[in-house]
Amino acid sequence: MLTAEDKKLIQQVWGKLGGCEEEVGAEALWRMFSSYPPTKTYFPHFDLSQGSDQIRGHGKKVVAALGNAIKNLDNLSQALSELSNLHAYNLRVDPPRFPLQFLAQCLQVALAVRLGKEYTPEVHSAVDKFMSAVAAVLAEKYR
Amino acid sequence: MVHWTAEEKALIAGLWGKVNVEECGAEALARLLIVYPWTQRFFSDFGNLSSPTAIIGNPKVRAHGKKVLTSFGDAIKNLDNLKVTYSKLSELHCDKLHVDPENFRLLGDILIIVLAAHFTKDFTPACQATWQKLVGLVAHALARKYH
Repeated sequence: MLTAEDKKLIQQVWGKLGGCEEEVGAEALWRMFSSYPPTKTYFPHFDLSQGSDQIRGHGKKVVAALGNAIKNLDNLSQALSELSNLHAYNLRVDPPRFPLQFLAQCLQVALAVRLGKEYTPEVHSAVDKFMSAVAAVLAEKYR
Repeated sequence: MVHWTAEEKALIAGLWGKVNVEECGAEALARLLIVYPWTQRFFSDFGNLSSPTAIIGNPKVRAHGKKVLTSFGDAIKNLDNLKVTYSKLSELHCDKLHVDPENFRLLGDILIIVLAAHFTKDFTPACQATWQKLVGLVAHALARKYH
């Protein structure tokens, strides 16, 4: 459960990205494809080479969705409702735990690389909890 | 039989040479206990684990973290033989410590984040990919003797 302190830390961390959100998104995706090749199976229609426009574009989308979620931490279910439908009925990404787990890990790495020491254990914990909450909402309608 | 390319071996050795095992180990274990508080159940005799500050400053956590990461160093010296390297530790974690192997995966991922925060830009995607492979294999080797 996200505490008030967690929510504050998440918003602060996001605030520190100062305009780099899109790069973070693209980097997180690229890291995910590099570290977990099976995740590429969901993007056969993409040019998956490093720095491709499609990875950048998709990274931007992912980060925008997360940014929206962060503005609505008290109501994630509603904020992510459409994405939840999309993932459940259209995309049918395998039990959301796995790919989202990998994306969550890579997003954390991308954040840690940028923030260094500022990616404290408390921030790490808050972001981890947030990504778990996002994954849970996206999984709500799977069955 | 695991295959390591020359590049992967170089990425592992190159980074490991710069790691402060004591600091990094302490940090990784502390983060495990903070981010996944249920893991504290394995350390009930460690004393004060009541807050992130307490955990980070706890000398038993620091010492154990160092032990864990030192063992990791053994893996790195024996990349081609992880199964044998971790055979006894696997039995220990199953028979005596009763640790769910899922926790090895959690600690591995946390170690990656600690390395990322420490090395920042130098922790490139290629570096991460190699280290994710390594922590995955270590976790697998540690789970191997479970029954």
